[in-house]
Amino acid sequence: MTQSNTLLPNLYKTMKRIRTFEERVGELFIKGETAGTMLHLSIGEELGPTCLGAAMQKQDTFTTHHRGHGIFIARGGDPKKMMAEIAGKKDGYCKGKGGSMHIADMKLGHLGANAIVGGGIPTVVGAGLSSKYLEEDKVSVAFFGDGAMQQGILYESMNMASLWKLPVVFCCINNQYGMGTKIDNAAGLKDFSKRAASFGLNTLHIDDLDIENAYVKSKEIIDKARKFEPGFIEVECYRFFGHARMDKSPYRSEEEEIKMRKSDPISYASNQMLKNKIMNEDEIKKINEKISIEMDEAMDFAINSPLNNQKEIFTDVYDESEPLPISVEERINKILS
Amino acid sequence: MSDLNKNYYEKITFRDALRLAIHDSMQEDEKIIVMGEDVAAYGGAYGATKDLLKLFGPKRIIDTPISEAAIVGASMGAALTGLRPIAELMYVDFFGMSMDQIANQLAKVRYMFGGQINAPMILRAQGGTGRSAGAQHSQSLETWIMHTPGLYLSIPYTPNDAYHLLRAALKINNPTIFIEHKLLYNTSGILDKNNPDQIFGKAQIRKKGKDLSIISYSRMVNFAEKAAEELAKQKIDVEVVDLRTLNPLDRETIIESVNKTKRALVLSESCYTAGVPSEITSIIFEHCYTNLLKPVIRYTAEDTPAPVAPNLEENYIPTIEKIVEYSKKLCK
Ligand SMILES: Cc1ncc(C[n+]2csc(CCOP(=O)(O)OP(=O)(O)O)c2C)c(N)n1
Ligand SMILES: [Mg+2]
Repeated sequence: MTQSNTLLPNLYKTMKRIRTFEERVGELFIKGETAGTMLHLSIGEELGPTCLGAAMQKQDTFTTHHRGHGIFIARGGDPKKMMAEIAGKKDGYCKGKGGSMHIADMKLGHLGANAIVGGGIPTVVGAGLSSKYLEEDKVSVAFFGDGAMQQGILYESMNMASLWKLPVVFCCINNQYGMGTKIDNAAGLKDFSKRAASFGLNTLHIDDLDIENAYVKSKEIIDKARKFEPGFIEVECYRFFGHARMDKSPYRSEEEEIKMRKSDPISYASNQMLKNKIMNEDEIKKINEKISIEMDEAMDFAINSPLNNQKEIFTDVYDESEPLPISVEERINKILS
Repeated sequence: MSDLNKNYYEKITFRDALRLAIHDSMQEDEKIIVMGEDVAAYGGAYGATKDLLKLFGPKRIIDTPISEAAIVGASMGAALTGLRPIAELMYVDFFGMSMDQIANQLAKVRYMFGGQINAPMILRAQGGTGRSAGAQHSQSLETWIMHTPGLYLSIPYTPNDAYHLLRAALKINNPTIFIEHKLLYNTSGILDKNNPDQIFGKAQIRKKGKDLSIISYSRMVNFAEKAAEELAKQKIDVEVVDLRTLNPLDRETIIESVNKTKRALVLSESCYTAGVPSEITSIIFEHCYTNLLKPVIRYTAEDTPAPVAPNLEENYIPTIEKIVEYSKKLCK
């Protein structure tokens, strides 16, 4: 296959891996093997993380919001360790102490998912500052939802990035909803690019399913950021299912869901591949099967991973060269003995 | 909530008691509005404002963007200018983004301006562990509020208290922070609308006893009650004190109880160091010093963030077993 013939299959593969991973998270939840119910799946939202993930370079860094599994996978996250983290187990990326919403892998440049809407945005400003100072050629990308567009911290961060000309990209995954509130009821001005442009950032608005084009365009924004022109990308998509696992979306109609789910970036990409004879149905099926096995294994890995030792409550609060916090039990026993 | 207009409910959930309190207050006072993320169409992340949109309409039940600082600040602005907002933060952890508005503005506006104006509003938020929600969604931050003069602080345990404390806070002209534990919403109990038992600022003795005072609030009162049952079987007679409001704080009830039992365990889900129990313990030392037979014990969550892993989270906060164990040691 030529270079242009490998791009779409690769992007397709990443999107399919994200979706299958998320489906297995759903299964893990039904099996009662997840830590809690605050699991925010990115099914339907695979396009943005996939094309930005591919357009970033190996050394680049990023932060994500609470719906960040897809971004992590697109940047090379190991599904096994991710799944174990979601299960709150010892073999997870963060020893099961962070879970789905607070997952990170510093080695991969994942500076942290965040359960606070907007919480991870200023981190990339600092990462951009370090990169520039240390001359490391790292772009730092903040991924966040449309909800974070209404948080003040975003505007403080965009201004700093612009003022200091940092290698930073702000990426809003606009899935039309913040929990049950539709974007129309949350944003006074829905043209987010205008807001970012007013801070002097390069902007890009992706609102169709052509992922190859989205990849090329977002690469331009990221490449410019590498030359110290910070950027902003909005990717419009649709959250196919509820906000978290317990949410049955009573605030929106079934017709809307059925209609919007037709804008599926994965079936669009596979149709493109068939139409342009880049791959045939059998080849696609084989890819899908391989992914399915990979994600089944991730799920089994999580289920079989051991529970944490109770001591882990106390580790990691301070640097490991420092003493652990004294447990309440130890304090009380000392008083009562 | 089928019948809104009864005066007595044999069994009502904590959630529905809150809804009823908001409902009844809104019917009486047209100046009351509700605002917060997903409070209208969604009915509140925890269902405490379910169906209120239908009853009162979007003018009074207002969905906001995810902008916590502005939710608190705008509520205060509305309170200064004629309305009486009930603002909702989905989690106490979001005090983080709104703390300037809470501590530097809301708490101080009356004082700084020489008593010219009141900010009569309630800020409801949900706290505590128990859902593997992790370090950023499981905190008990009542200490932040208690350490900030100018704010009243209610932290109820029963549906009856939830109802009456909310109703009372809406009749007081001070700003009140109202903290609800996430595992209490589904618990149920009696609601007697005619029996507020002079609630605001008064602690409630949940169980009388003579050997040991367990002083607590919110969900931990439930742990105290269960431990007291177990201890009763072992002939230890525990008095369970439910503080209900942390500001005003009912010092008299604490002091009276400990002067009688001569032993105290202060129980809370906040961290150990510089928490609410530290304050209560100081009060006990100051006032009961000569009567105490044993040191006062603070039993709290660990001095660490809350872990997600369920098997860690469970032991991160006090357990009933250990309350029993420490109580026995105190009474030996
Ligand atoms: C500061 C803050 N406010 C509120 C919440 C509760 N909350 C969690 S996710 C969410 C919706 C976020 O919407 P959006 O940013 O669009 O992300 P999405 O869930 O749609 O991916 C809300 C309100 C939070 N976690 N943090
Ligand atoms: Mg959204």
